[in-house]
Amino acid sequence: MTTRAKRRLAGIVDVIVIGAGHSGLAMSYALSQRSIDHVVLERGEVANSWRTERWDSLSLLTPNWMSRLPGYRYQGGDPDGYMGVREVVDFVSGYAVATSAPVISQTTVVQVTPAGNGYRVSTERGDWHCRALVLATGAFNVPVVPRLAEGVPAGVTQLTAMDYRNPGQLDEAGVLVVGASATGLQLAQEIRHSGRPVTLAVGEHVRMPRVYRGRDVQWWMLASGVLDQRIEETDDLDRARRVPSPQLVGSPERGTLDLNSLRGQGVEIVGRLAGVRDGKAQFSGSLRNVCALADLKMNRLLALFDEWAAVNGYDSEVASAERYAATDVGAAPRLGLEFGREIKTVLWATGFRPDYTWLEAPVFDRRGNLRHDRGVVDAPGLYVLGLPYLRRRKSSFIHGAEDDVRELSVHLADYLDRTARPQLAAVAV
Amino acid sequence: MTIEAQKAENGVNVEALLGAREALTEAPEAARFKWRATSEWLNGTHSRATVDGFYGLGGEQKHRQTFTFDTDHPEIFAAEDNGATPVEMVLVGLAGCLGAGIASVAQNRNIQLRSVKATLEAGMDLQGILGIDDGVRNGFDGIKVHYEIDAEATPEEIAALVAQSQKRSAVFDIITNPTDVTVSTSKA
Repeated sequence: MTTRAKRRLAGIVDVIVIGAGHSGLAMSYALSQRSIDHVVLERGEVANSWRTERWDSLSLLTPNWMSRLPGYRYQGGDPDGYMGVREVVDFVSGYAVATSAPVISQTTVVQVTPAGNGYRVSTERGDWHCRALVLATGAFNVPVVPRLAEGVPAGVTQLTAMDYRNPGQLDEAGVLVVGASATGLQLAQEIRHSGRPVTLAVGEHVRMPRVYRGRDVQWWMLASGVLDQRIEETDDLDRARRVPSPQLVGSPERGTLDLNSLRGQGVEIVGRLAGVRDGKAQFSGSLRNVCALADLKMNRLLALFDEWAAVNGYDSEVASAERYAATDVGAAPRLGLEFGREIKTVLWATGFRPDYTWLEAPVFDRRGNLRHDRGVVDAPGLYVLGLPYLRRRKSSFIHGAEDDVRELSVHLADYLDRTARPQLAAVAV
Repeated sequence: MTIEAQKAENGVNVEALLGAREALTEAPEAARFKWRATSEWLNGTHSRATVDGFYGLGGEQKHRQTFTFDTDHPEIFAAEDNGATPVEMVLVGLAGCLGAGIASVAQNRNIQLRSVKATLEAGMDLQGILGIDDGVRNGFDGIKVHYEIDAEATPEEIAALVAQSQKRSAVFDIITNPTDVTVSTSKA
């Protein structure tokens, strides 16, 4: 109570954007274009998650030529390469400078409450008031770890993809990587290359080649319209938003990273981690089916690319169509492993979720998910950005911010117009 | 060019299933089911199981009739072979579950099925249950299922049907993932 009373008023603005990552900065640019008074509150420095919460070797899943934000694009000399984490920090920081974004850094939001005709945004450095609020804090704030982690014996080190930096921090003994998204496969490969025995537990996943018919798979996804697919076009919105990131890595060789290549490098492939019992990890017998599902889906995607290329006259410009070997999990994938003896480290690459614990408003569903319609949150003047498949398949990618921000900033500007100075309007009547 | 392709007719009421999915999303309590069976030992390795009622949608439910299933061991085990072995019943359950899934998914994808035939085979090393070798498990060392399907669909679409059916199958999940089992006793 006393700390609240002592807290000073930091400012009053029309709009507050929380988070100075690529989404928040893109929104800031859109607001500036409309001369809408706003600030961007950032707990650390611009691109904070990239600076502090990602592993050393991380690179973008999209080639450099795709990296663009409203009014800004990649200018470097390696358009077909993939930015490392340091380059992403530089890219996003460069955007903040180029757009003169009104970023207030080192300002952690501790609480947001509805207040009057807008929101009170409490920070460690005073309270802000705004009429509209944009949540641009990202989708990858808290690692999701399955409950069965509690059963892993105490002598086994557990860490998440958010804690992991490089293989040097791990015990020399066996590592169980749980999760077969881009993260899980990249970390399994890197740790295997460090000489440690690696087992990869694989549930449902998305397989695709890095380069198809001579072009980056992301080129195909963009050109054929897959990345622009709107959430309205999907028949199951929740499922579309839960799809794990594709098994891709951005390496100078532009090589494909899939379960077959990992097996070739000595990574043992097992089924989804289904149980922990008596000091043993139990793996699902569904491995063959999840691989069959991923192979079928990949082939449907490639067929869609081929059809698009034929219809749009690209067949003479790109290499000929090809199909890849089915995923081979071996004759008898293991169903169990002993912790301690065979496995000294478990690395959870089981996804992330956003953190809205500081948001005290009735905008959450029964499962604690933010209730929103394509970014328009179920509360007046509240918006969210940068979540997977928010409005389009590309929504959570850097290049995906532009279209979402354009549409949501129109909605936001309209909201500000509609709700402008209601008290004065009442007096005038 | 036909205006609207013929709607597949596989005898599955997909609208009802999709309706149930929507309704049970809003009413998670009604989605909690309890499946039951009773069983009585008759003689030797011969038992008779009965399936009659179950719990779901917030109340007790009844099958249209009571079903009984005899299980026994074959004559080469010096038994009377009054029914399928219990492990064969597991294959029966898996086949039934995957078949129901294939029909449902096909209906939802508007694929007309003409015939769906499954062949199931499970390997087992008796050195496990006989206690000859501790390193051999009691149960199957693997299950192989082959589907021969005639349908108005490409081979890829048929493969996708079968894959999706496994993804949504209860028995497939029960067999491929660990399940906590509690067995208690009382003296009659």
